[in-house]
Amino acid sequence: MAVPGTPIDAPPPGIARLRRHEWLSVLSRAVRTRRGTVGLSLMALVVAIAVVGPFIAPNSPTEFVTAPFSGPAPGTPLGGDALGRDVLSRVLAGGWLILLMAAAATLFGVGAGAAAGISAAYLRGWADALIMRSVDVVLAFPSLVFALLLVSIIGPKLWLIVLAVGFSHAPQVARVLRSSTLDISERDFVKAVELQGVKPRLIMAREILPSLITPLTVEAGLRLTYSIIIVAGLSFLGFGQPPPAPNWGLMINENRIGLQLNPWGVVVPAALIAVLTIGTNTFSDAVARVALGVGRQAEEITPLEGHVLVAPR
Amino acid sequence: MVTVDARATGAGRGRRGHPIGRLVVSRLGGGVITLIIVSIVVFAATQILPGNAAYAVLGHNATPARLHALELQLGLNRSAAAQYAAWIGGLLTGKAGNSLANGQPVWALVAPRLVNSAVLVALSGLAGALIGVLLGAIAALRKDSLFDYVLSVVSLAVTALPEFVVAISLVILFATVVFQVLPAVSVLPPGTWAWQQPELLVLPIATLVIVVVPYIFRMMRAAMIEALESEYVEMARLKGLPAWRVLLVHALPNAVPPTVQVIGLNLLYLAGGIVVVEYVFDFPGIGQGLVNAVSNRDIPVIQLIVVILAAFYVFMNILTDVVALLATPRRRIAR
Amino acid sequence: MMVGAAHALRPQPARLVVENLRIVVAGTSTDVVDEVSFTVRAGEVLGLVGESGSGKTTVALALLGYHRRGLAVGGGRVMLDGSDLLAMSAEELQGVRGAMVSYVPQDPGSALNPALPVGLQLGEILGAHQDPGVSRDADRVTEVLAEAQLDATREFLRRYPHQLSGGQQQRVAIAMAFACRPRLIVLDEPTTGLDVTTQRHVLETIRSLCRSYGVAAVYVSHDLAVIGQLAQQVAVMYAGRVVELGPTETIFGAPAHPYTRALLRAVPSPERSEVLEGIEGQAPRPGRRPTGCFFAPRCPDVLPICRESPPPFVPLLAGAHLVRCVRAEEPVTRSVIARTVPASDPPTSLSSGTLEVRDLSARYGPAPVLYEIDLRVGPEQCVAIVGESGSGKTTLARCVVGLHDNWTGNVDFCGEPLACGARRRTKGSLQRIQYVFQNPYTSLNPRKTVGQIIDQPLEHFSHFSPIERERRVVAELEDVSLSSDFLGRYPDQLSGGERQRVALARALVVEPELLVCDEVTSALDVSVQAIIVELLRRLQRERNLAMLFITHNLALVRSIAQTVVVLSAGKVVEQGPVEEVLERPRETYTIRLLEDIPKLAETRTNGGRWR
Repeated sequence: MAVPGTPIDAPPPGIARLRRHEWLSVLSRAVRTRRGTVGLSLMALVVAIAVVGPFIAPNSPTEFVTAPFSGPAPGTPLGGDALGRDVLSRVLAGGWLILLMAAAATLFGVGAGAAAGISAAYLRGWADALIMRSVDVVLAFPSLVFALLLVSIIGPKLWLIVLAVGFSHAPQVARVLRSSTLDISERDFVKAVELQGVKPRLIMAREILPSLITPLTVEAGLRLTYSIIIVAGLSFLGFGQPPPAPNWGLMINENRIGLQLNPWGVVVPAALIAVLTIGTNTFSDAVARVALGVGRQAEEITPLEGHVLVAPR
Repeated sequence: MVTVDARATGAGRGRRGHPIGRLVVSRLGGGVITLIIVSIVVFAATQILPGNAAYAVLGHNATPARLHALELQLGLNRSAAAQYAAWIGGLLTGKAGNSLANGQPVWALVAPRLVNSAVLVALSGLAGALIGVLLGAIAALRKDSLFDYVLSVVSLAVTALPEFVVAISLVILFATVVFQVLPAVSVLPPGTWAWQQPELLVLPIATLVIVVVPYIFRMMRAAMIEALESEYVEMARLKGLPAWRVLLVHALPNAVPPTVQVIGLNLLYLAGGIVVVEYVFDFPGIGQGLVNAVSNRDIPVIQLIVVILAAFYVFMNILTDVVALLATPRRRIAR
Repeated sequence: MMVGAAHALRPQPARLVVENLRIVVAGTSTDVVDEVSFTVRAGEVLGLVGESGSGKTTVALALLGYHRRGLAVGGGRVMLDGSDLLAMSAEELQGVRGAMVSYVPQDPGSALNPALPVGLQLGEILGAHQDPGVSRDADRVTEVLAEAQLDATREFLRRYPHQLSGGQQQRVAIAMAFACRPRLIVLDEPTTGLDVTTQRHVLETIRSLCRSYGVAAVYVSHDLAVIGQLAQQVAVMYAGRVVELGPTETIFGAPAHPYTRALLRAVPSPERSEVLEGIEGQAPRPGRRPTGCFFAPRCPDVLPICRESPPPFVPLLAGAHLVRCVRAEEPVTRSVIARTVPASDPPTSLSSGTLEVRDLSARYGPAPVLYEIDLRVGPEQCVAIVGESGSGKTTLARCVVGLHDNWTGNVDFCGEPLACGARRRTKGSLQRIQYVFQNPYTSLNPRKTVGQIIDQPLEHFSHFSPIERERRVVAELEDVSLSSDFLGRYPDQLSGGERQRVALARALVVEPELLVCDEVTSALDVSVQAIIVELLRRLQRERNLAMLFITHNLALVRSIAQTVVVLSAGKVVEQGPVEEVLERPRETYTIRLLEDIPKLAETRTNGGRWR
């Protein structure tokens, strides 16, 4: 039943000319909510600093310019770090790789997970059992532990961290997408097309996949937040970029012994990471809310709702 | 108002044993299979893969003689199956070999850490669950109030924070820059246990609680709101029952099962969360042990800790499902 | 019916007086219901009739001083024995609810707490309202349950709601409502979703309890026939207003509001084969209601003045009959006689669409659902399958179309055997048999436009060019009385009736020979149901379709089918020509089923002027 007050603007007629890019409208409506605006602004702020930062840094991030843990001074507005390097320059230069790695890990994890989940639901039978058993196995490793295990075998390679983080997300994504797919494939509107003898592959592509794009969008947002957390966490533990590279996670660890002398070396990178993850999380929450509203209207409740509320990292 | 005629006809239900027994047996079976696969994966990854463990430990400048000696020590010259059998047998009988870093027996090294971590996880889980459930219930009762709004926004922000950011913030606030009322590190003297120095536990537990509470809060709030807006609570109000009875007898029992699921999930999360938190506070648990072992490439220690964490995950999962089932008569009792 | 007569002899004092009740959307001046006034005497039942969205449940809950979240009381009074419930404090209300006024919910399956045993749920209402020590609860619970025809063994009291049948759940709810001997009881569609036989027993229980304890009752329903059997007074609601109020005989025998008349014409009768007349359009939602009469946009007798200002509530019959219509006092001139369906010509057998089902047995998992079904649908014939829930009627339809594949036996179409599942059938046989789903809210893809939805089977089955396909889609839309404006709309922009028409168009656009309709009207209001049924009948005749019409509503059968098959517990109980089976049933099951249907005609007195 339509929610009272929803706009009913009849789109122009025509059969093939119209396609409803629902996820685009979900995104644009999410941006216009208060949470969406706040989330997106926070994200944009940190992304801007990370991307533009390396070009405007006053000093080289690896050059020793002042005394270790010296406080803010004219040339070094945020003071010096554990080795006397410029905190501001290291902050400006130390974010882009985290962003890149987190984005890549999300892409890989959501892609792999969606493929696994949708195929499990679609193929059913033994393929389903096999995929879901593997999902259980991967789930038995906490994400960070899984990455640590791989690092301990192969060494702290950046590509490995991307793969490990992505791979540890895949099971959660697979579970959500599998249950969404199963749920949708039992709907009457899918049965109506099955009754015509349309090939399962076509049913999948034309009837089911369009309905999955919204859960996929929400899932991607959620996983991006967790990817940032794990990628930065691994750097913090010393298994990311090796020193002397500037990296927000690594900086926090390097500078925390001098907290009482110059806290900026810890506070600023920690705050940037926090603002970034709060931003991504707030934005994906806004998307999820809008998406759920859309689902309700179509008399359709996906497993999203429970998932968004529940999923721990 | 759509009336659908598709009511379940109980015809399909035969008697196939008690629902709980059935669930426990099937889940335990699945859990054991998962664990066996996990152990094979861990073992294969750490010991069989190319550039074997001995090489990984000694690095590029290892002499063939030393490599050979270590291979013998690790039993790498035997067949993969024999190595696995020996390893898993050792794990189960408490003889999991010796640490490569200091030569001590692995179990003796891990056991006290396990106890410390268990204390940390149990206390954080308990405190987190209590606080989360309480705040969630209050927010649901005062839905759309300022309290609810502020709490919802704060919980949304806090769910997004990495543990190390929370931990560092607490250190800045309470142990270094702002106040100096609590220890910044939780180093335990050898031979002492975590609970003997409670002040050392405060910040690690606080960190974990802060990370866990938002999830439990959000689930409890949502479940409670759903229950409070259900037709059975409406009916209870229309029966003229006192408000406390509507809340405690009618709404609460229905909000518990979904919240139990989330509490379980968060205990599972804690198993991973302790890694970073123990590292930040130098707390001698298995999380810190794992980070150290990874730095030192101490393969037997890594293997043991990862398998312990996986086993915790598998059995905690089953326990959660059973508790949630027990709390739901609709699922517990067959028609 | 003898309900009305006994009551009229000795008038009772007014027990419930509702005056100008107004409920608004919280924080706005948008009313959901307004100007609702009526009086109910002790021992009397007032029937509150309305279609979905008319505000009847909102009114029902207001009688307990309750409103749902997001709504607020905007004014008026609800006087129970002289005290106004809307003016009471929360504590006062708590003492009144359950004790003085009680509520029977529409769906006891969700109104009984799933986490608590029924014994506790019954006992607590006694505990909350009785002086401690009067008569201890356990005995009283047994007594109360016995009144609702339930045997309260200790084992029964320990059961959880999900362990009870729908009828048992509703009896528990009724027992709960009568437990404290209230002065007023509000029943909100308490028999919706129950089988007719269970419904009759529940109605009898309600009637006898009301009579023996002198309780006043407000019975809310969309089912006019049920109201006619139970109520002495009827209030008809439309778009948040009571449009007509009066004694049951008057409302059913001489309705004065065009909406009431239209509603009555839309109700199918098991006794006569009538042309059903639906009401086009839909009721305006709160906040979108017109300035004049709310029914004006759909009214057949509309005058220009109707659109200008809201009509007054005009008293007729010295005030006993109130009508919200400016033309209430005019004699009715329009369509006074219900048309009977003209006898259809014998099938000319031009088309070959014959369905033969022989020896069909089906299972769901290990459980058998259908046993050795035999039936035949001749060309251009409509066969109705009638059965209660759980009779296997939907499974039968699903076996025929190939949605359910776990069956044995023969299903031949045009002499060719059909494979079990749709996947193994030929493209030709899939095209010639089309299926219409029960629920139009789930059978249309929410992400596709109406045009795409109807075009999809055409694209799959035909080789027409896109232009030709579009032409056919538009033609098909027009044939189900929708304009080509609908091509670009999405299902969530359509009403239930419009959705079902789109679903019909999707099935018919590939020119099938057999149409299988599975409870296609059960999700719709009665005024919309009439439109769909008439549409189906017209299309069946015009296109020489064979049709299998699945329904739980025996009355509908009369209006659409030539042959009826009565199904019970997976077996065919009786089959034959509709008139023969419905007028001279041979099997006791059919006889009982026919007796148990509440019939509108039983309340109509002396062939009223409306038909």
